[in-house]
Parts: sequence; C-alpha cells; structure tokens
Amino acid sequence: MQHGKYRFIVGFLALPLGLYALFVVWPFIQSIYYSFTDWTGLSPEFKMVGLDNYRRMLDDEIFWKSLQHSLMFAVVLPLVTIGLALFFAFMINVGGRRRKGGPVISGVRGSSFYKIVYFFPQVLSIAIVALLFAFAYNPDSGAVNSLLRGVGLDGVQPLWLGDPDLALWCVMAVLVWSTVGFFVVLFSAGMASIPADLYEAALLDGANRATTFFRVTLPLLWDTVQSGWVYLGILALGAESFAVVQIMTTGPGGPDYSTTVMVLYVYQKAFRDGQAAYATTIGVALLIVTLAFAAVVMRLGRRERLEY
Amino acid sequence: MKTTESPAPLPAESGVPVTKVDVPAPQQRAGRTEGKVLNVFSHGILVLWAVMVVLPLLWAVMTSFKDDSSIFGSPWSLPDELHFDNWSRAWTEANMSDYFLNTVLVVGGSLVGTLVLGSMAAYVLARFDFPGNRFIYYLFIGGMSFPIMLALVPLFYVVNNMGLLNTIHGLILVYIAYSLPFTVFFLTAFFRTLPTSVAEAAFVDGASHSRTFFQIMLPMAKPGLISVGIFNFLGQWNQYVLPTVLNTDPDKRVLTQGLVQLAVSQGYKGDWSGLFAGLVMAMLPVLAAYIVFQRQVVQGLTAGALK
Repeated sequence: MQHGKYRFIVGFLALPLGLYALFVVWPFIQSIYYSFTDWTGLSPEFKMVGLDNYRRMLDDEIFWKSLQHSLMFAVVLPLVTIGLALFFAFMINVGGRRRKGGPVISGVRGSSFYKIVYFFPQVLSIAIVALLFAFAYNPDSGAVNSLLRGVGLDGVQPLWLGDPDLALWCVMAVLVWSTVGFFVVLFSAGMASIPADLYEAALLDGANRATTFFRVTLPLLWDTVQSGWVYLGILALGAESFAVVQIMTTGPGGPDYSTTVMVLYVYQKAFRDGQAAYATTIGVALLIVTLAFAAVVMRLGRRERLEY
Repeated sequence: MKTTESPAPLPAESGVPVTKVDVPAPQQRAGRTEGKVLNVFSHGILVLWAVMVVLPLLWAVMTSFKDDSSIFGSPWSLPDELHFDNWSRAWTEANMSDYFLNTVLVVGGSLVGTLVLGSMAAYVLARFDFPGNRFIYYLFIGGMSFPIMLALVPLFYVVNNMGLLNTIHGLILVYIAYSLPFTVFFLTAFFRTLPTSVAEAAFVDGASHSRTFFQIMLPMAKPGLISVGIFNFLGQWNQYVLPTVLNTDPDKRVLTQGLVQLAVSQGYKGDWSGLFAGLVMAMLPVLAAYIVFQRQVVQGLTAGALK
C-alpha cells in the first residue's frame, strides 16, 4: 500500500482542507486578531489598539444584557427541551407498561405515530418556524390571542413579543417547540436499546414508574443526555438563537433590548453599525462562553460509564 | 396467538421468559384495566404535544387559502373559499419561484461538493497513517463546536475580496466548507468500520489508490453517504445565517432569506395571504419528503449524535 501513497494523500486532502482553511479556519484566526484593532470593516485601514475593545465591552450595558440572555438560552433551553423529551420518550417507550402478563415493557399505543409527528419541526428551517410564530404571536390578529379569546379568556391578551417581560420567553418557547422532537426520537432510540430484563428486574423489586425512570432509564441514557445537552447549548448560543431573535423580535433585539443575544449583537455591530473590530471582540467573548459551557456540562455530568 | 402479539414488544428480547407470553387472554384484559388511569394521563399529554406541533402548521396551511381581511378578522375561521390566487401570486409576484430555483442550485451544488470532498478527506484520514493525520482530523472536528458567528465578520471580507459575494458559486463553496466538519467526522468513523481486506485485494490487483476509492470504497460507503447526505441536505436547505450575511443581492436570495425579507420589506405591501402561501410553499416539500423517507431522515439526523 505504499506506492504513491503521499501523492494520493496530498491529492485527496488538498481541496477539502484548502476550502476549510480558507473559509473557516482563517476567518476564525483573523477575527481574534481583529479584536485587537480599531477596524471598521468599511475601510481597509486600521491600527492596533490593544485591549481597548475588550475594555469597552466590559462597560457596554447592551453587551451584558446580551450575555445574560445568551446564558439564559443556554441553561433554560436544554433544561426544558431535554426534560420534556425524556418524559415523552419514556411514555412512548416504557409508559404503556402493564403489571401482569405480556411483555414486561411496552410503549403507549400509537408510539410510532407520535415519533413521526414530534419530528416535524426538526425538518423545517428555523427561519420559517420563527416567521410562522411571529404571526401567531401577533397581539391582535395572531393565532395565540385569538385562541385565548375563543376559549373565553378575553381578559388575557398579552402583547407577547411586544412585552419586554415576555418577549424572551416567547422566543425560547419557539426553540423548545422546534427541538423537542429530535430529542424524543434520539432518546427513544437509546431507550429501545436498554435490555428488557433490567426493567423486569426493577418491576420484580416493586419499582414504580418514577423509580424505574430515575434508577434504570436515566442512568443508562446518561451519555446521550449529556451530549444532547452540549449540542443544545451550542445551538442556543449560536445560529439558531440568532435566527429566532432576529426574525421574531422588533428592533431586532426586542423592546428595550429585552431579547438581544450575543450572536445578534455581533451581527448588528459588524453589518449595521460598521464596527467590525468590536463585533469580533464580542465574537471572542461568545467563543469563550461556548467553550466554558461545554466544559462545565462535561465536568458536572461526568459519571462512570455503565456497561450493559 | 393474535392477542399475545398485539402489544408491541419493544426491544425484541428473546430472553423474556416464555411463561409470561402464555398468559391466557382474560387475565391479560384485567391487567390492562389496572394501568388504565396512568395510561390515560400519559396518553393525554402525548396527544396534547402532538396537537401543539400540528396545530401551528395546519393554521398556516389554512391561512394561506384565506383573503387578507379574514386573516386579520378571524384567524381561526375556515377560509370562506379556497383562494388559490394567493399561491399563484406568491409564486410569481413575490418571486418564490426565483427563491426556489436559487435554493435548488445552491443546495444541489453544495450537497454534491460536500459529499465528494468530505468523503475524500474522511477516507484519507480514516485509512492512511501519515504525520499530521490526527491534527487535521481534530482541525475539522473543532469546527463543529465553534460559533459560526465569530468567523462571519472576517468571512464576509474574505468572500468579498475573492469577488464571490452575492454569487451562487461563492455561496456553494462556503456551504461546503461549513458542512465539512460534521461530514468528515461522520464519514471517518464510517470508513473505519469498513473491512480493509477488499481495498487491499483491489490494490494487489493493480488498482491505484484513487481507483480503489472511487470504485470500491465509495460504493461500500453508500449507507453512510445517504445518512450524512440527508443531514447536509436539510441543513443546507434550511440555512439562514450564511446567506443572510453573504448573499444580500435580492435576485440571488434563497428560500428562507427570501421569505424573511418578504415579511419585513415594505415593498411587499401588506399581502399577508400571499406571504402565508409562500411560507407553506416552502414548508410542504420538506415535510412531504420527510413523511416519504421518514426512516432514512430520522436515521440521517440522529446518526451523528448516537455515534
């Protein structure tokens, strides 16, 4: 296998690696460099300004707001999504259990139907989902308030996205709506591979559903849950939250900056305000937050791997 | 026989004691009523979420057939008649046809490019030992966890300097570059699982490395290519951030971008029914494809997370 090996390796790697280096790696390195300059992005001239951008960032009230919202996304979104998904997946796969006779565990009836339907939002673009919900949240003519009126709750007509206290939660709800299905399917696949005798043993010991879930299902599923947590957090800090906040909230960024997130702030500083260098500074902060988040989840979640 | 088979046994476990399966039918019914209260509860919540998923989508479809006044007046009423003109207006006047064409071109080009380049890199990284192999592998993998937005600002100027801003081929190249991390990660793992003996035999028979790859290894890697292909297809079809930054020419807009612009722009004067028609138009092909290729799509999208 040695003949012409290196020529082949170089030949096969050159194009993909070149493309990747040019459009992904190089911009990343550049952006860290630019964060120490006063580059506007509009003119090719700039000079080094040291840590000025970072100092400015620490005094920037909107930056802190965006950081706070991004962190909330990264904590609340995985918590709610994974919680709901675990519950649904458990019900679908194990919830239909009976005490006597038949197989030890079984899902509720129509479990494959639920898995198909729950997955719908996953195949849709987050941009289209955001657009759809922006209409649904419309205070006057939207589906949500109209539904509330329909069931007699005429007094409860919130402004939703227009209300600074509610806007962020509305946006988050949309992300939960669109991500739960994926994790139901993912956890279902994991649960299906847990041997039935483990459930049987738990059952013989008199465990109820909650005990079964916390003592059997969750520990055996822990690896999947943990990587799902990291994946969701990265998603919540990154492109997905950009799309929902930019499309759904006014400004964009919501009334009184109530929904602005770090990704959106990077985008606005670079492409709206012509402050490219400052934008990359916030981008670097976002990178640090993302890496720290992943490290914390991996560390907190570290458990002995269970073999079964 | 039928009654014992009906409750879908989830993991087909042959180890389950045979005696349990042979429970007489009446007793089984009694067991079923016992768990009923809990089943009703759990079922209720499952149904509720299913409704919450489907209802907004149905509402959008319904709204796309209504005229503007009834959209605003009574959002939940059924359309008085089916206004198909919304759809034709969206298709022609609102440029949905152009957006579709642009999206098909961009996604078609980048999907092929991603699969070809991704499998080439993955094959070399999975099957050959050379200095720097690990480094290049981790360089690719690292791209999965870094926020794209950090790179976007300089990326805009890189693309601009190369004269690729607002071009279809420029967008294709960038899509490929940003799809490579996951593709390489997934396919490297896949190529490692393929037996080495076949490739060695081909090589002994005088096939060159590249011939071995294209004629022997690629066909063997088909299941992996399909999974990662579906993953990339959906990701690229639904991409929003990259075109928003790199593709600002109104004529070159892709679907997601075009729809958002329609919703925001003042130029599209209050034609909400047309906008909803466009929205549904963009949703339906993907949903239909998902329902038809359901198993493959789910496998493709969850493949990476399950390792």
